[in-house]
Amino acid sequence: MIAQLLFIVILAAAIYLFSKNVAKVRRNILLGRPADRSDNPALRWKTMAKIALGQTKMVKRPLAAVMHFFIYVGFIIINLEVLEIMIDGIFGSHRIFSKPLGGLYNLLIGGFEGLAVLVLIACIVFLCRRNIIRLKRFSGTEMTEWPKSDANYILIIEILLMTAFLTMNAADYKLQALNFGHYIKAGSFPVSSLIAPLLPDHAHSLEIIERGCWWFHIIGILAFLNYLPYSKHFHILLAFPNTYYSNLHPKGEFTNMASVTGEVKAMLDPSFVPETSGEPQRFGVKDATDLTWKNLMEAYTCTECGRCTSVCPANITGKLLSPRKIMMDTRDRITEIGKNIDRNGKDFTDGKSLLDNYITREELWACTSCNACVEACPVNINPLEIITEMRRYIVMEESQAPASLNNMFGNVENNGAPWKYSPADRFNWAGNE
Amino acid sequence: METLNNSGIENPAPKIRTMAEMAAEGKKPEILFWVGCAGSFDERAQRITRDICKILNHVGISFAVLGTEESCTGDPAKRAGNEFLFQMQAMTNIQVLDAYEVKKIVTGCPHCFNTIKNEYPGLGGNYEVIHHSQLIQQLIDEGKLKAEGGESFKGKKITYHDPCYLGRGNNVYEAPRKALEVLDADLVELKRCKSNGLCCGAGGAQMFKEPEKGNKDINIERMSDILESKATVVAAACPFCMTMLRDGVKHSEKEQEIQVLDIAEITVRANRL
Repeated sequence: MIAQLLFIVILAAAIYLFSKNVAKVRRNILLGRPADRSDNPALRWKTMAKIALGQTKMVKRPLAAVMHFFIYVGFIIINLEVLEIMIDGIFGSHRIFSKPLGGLYNLLIGGFEGLAVLVLIACIVFLCRRNIIRLKRFSGTEMTEWPKSDANYILIIEILLMTAFLTMNAADYKLQALNFGHYIKAGSFPVSSLIAPLLPDHAHSLEIIERGCWWFHIIGILAFLNYLPYSKHFHILLAFPNTYYSNLHPKGEFTNMASVTGEVKAMLDPSFVPETSGEPQRFGVKDATDLTWKNLMEAYTCTECGRCTSVCPANITGKLLSPRKIMMDTRDRITEIGKNIDRNGKDFTDGKSLLDNYITREELWACTSCNACVEACPVNINPLEIITEMRRYIVMEESQAPASLNNMFGNVENNGAPWKYSPADRFNWAGNE
Repeated sequence: METLNNSGIENPAPKIRTMAEMAAEGKKPEILFWVGCAGSFDERAQRITRDICKILNHVGISFAVLGTEESCTGDPAKRAGNEFLFQMQAMTNIQVLDAYEVKKIVTGCPHCFNTIKNEYPGLGGNYEVIHHSQLIQQLIDEGKLKAEGGESFKGKKITYHDPCYLGRGNNVYEAPRKALEVLDADLVELKRCKSNGLCCGAGGAQMFKEPEKGNKDINIERMSDILESKATVVAAACPFCMTMLRDGVKHSEKEQEIQVLDIAEITVRANRL
């Protein structure tokens, strides 16, 4: 009875804390400017099913794709077991699904064990790739202490959870053989029966191990749940809305700024009266709050896998730009702004901005807008949009474009071509004269 | 090899007509050929421009150009962050295009193609836009264009460099390859190709500035893929890629071994147009 109460209290606290932190992330995302992504829901559901659920963009790197798939499927399917654990925890029952499911239950528990082994293997392979082989993709200026530890923590937690799950089953298996207490014959244990000989034979020790692992497993899961909003691992949830709200236009298409259209129309046609919509907005992006909510959602979705950076032509050739850093800086900055609001109220400014305090101009001007990063992202994150928006701020608000680009602008404006040629010579190629 | 005519131009095309001339005669062409700034002013790209005209003439499509009425689409300004200048250019160009009641446009440049096709509609300019590699593919599919009577590319190792704004930007991967498939050549893909294609380094207005500090230039990085492919002809479909790739070839001192040719040039050569 005490155990049940304790479990209910822990569960309620975990859910409360998690909802509170998710609400905070949601609030931070909504600090962004509006963006309309409500069109074409059918295509959006399809995109989400294909890219988040089906993970079709992962397959470009087969080994990582297969290993990631193990963890992904393991996570989702083993969660069915967590459902049983929850019910058992609340009602003080033991393996409550075993009766109604009958033979299927044995199949399920056996399947979970198989998956748990695959998850274990994948986590170990991933740890090796990060810490022993040291793949280039997992390093870089933005991969400082915390991002590296974050990745390792996630993998280690998953290994511990799976180990606890298998050990729990092994003890249960032995207790079942001993016909001890409430340990009814239920489930099949293809993997844990192999580790069972390592456990003591004494029924009470086994019970302590079984209960210990049960509590460790479920508290571990609840703790992990609460770790998510602080971690890159949040992608397991945000990947779904993020792909639903994907950009459905061709990648080459950049947004046309509506705020500019009015002014340009007024310039070309003096009789045109632009619609004024509230307070004037800054052109482009200086700080994270100038981005759209979608940009910010992407920042929270990024799991720092580095596929974007590893295909970025600027990064490959030693330039400062790293698309992953753009996303990580955006996330860090909007989180900082959120904390400032919590501590000092809505109107507080800390004098910092995403531009310059986080992202340097040298990074922004190294981009070739080639869309390799956008294409590479397994969850459709678009670092290029943030880069372009920041260029817009630098050019249109500050007039601080590099001198050579200012020359190009002058040529386009005066000669109708980016080079210094006379527009009168534009047709000379034909040799018509 | 090349014949020179009186105007001193190496590959003269028959007289090219402008929209203004046609309008004066009360005529409207089937399609407008949007030449682009590089195609108009860059000497190397001008040859591609004239070859596109030859293809159009060869298959008897009635077309015209804007001539001196054409102006930059605004692409480099937009990529560099100058949305004002982009929209000024776009709206002025849309006025000109609409005045001639243009419906269909073929471009010689993936950047013009992307901008007019994707970014002009939001500003009121709605046209059917294709890139010249798509036109060539259509003509091949319709049987109007083959690879015969001209230079033989049979057995030659040819590779294709995907321009970002044609490939990833607009998912056009097959059309230019189709133009090469008819050559009966030994087609090889670069290590990084199609959606994984590596940029030439010119996009995002990089063409008009010095690269940021790094350890090498992007076109030199791209050269390693080209050298690895052992191709003797690199097919391009963008005048900016053309410049970057040729610089890369020059830098690697492979000008004798490796030719960089546009899809249109290869088509013209294969048919001796």
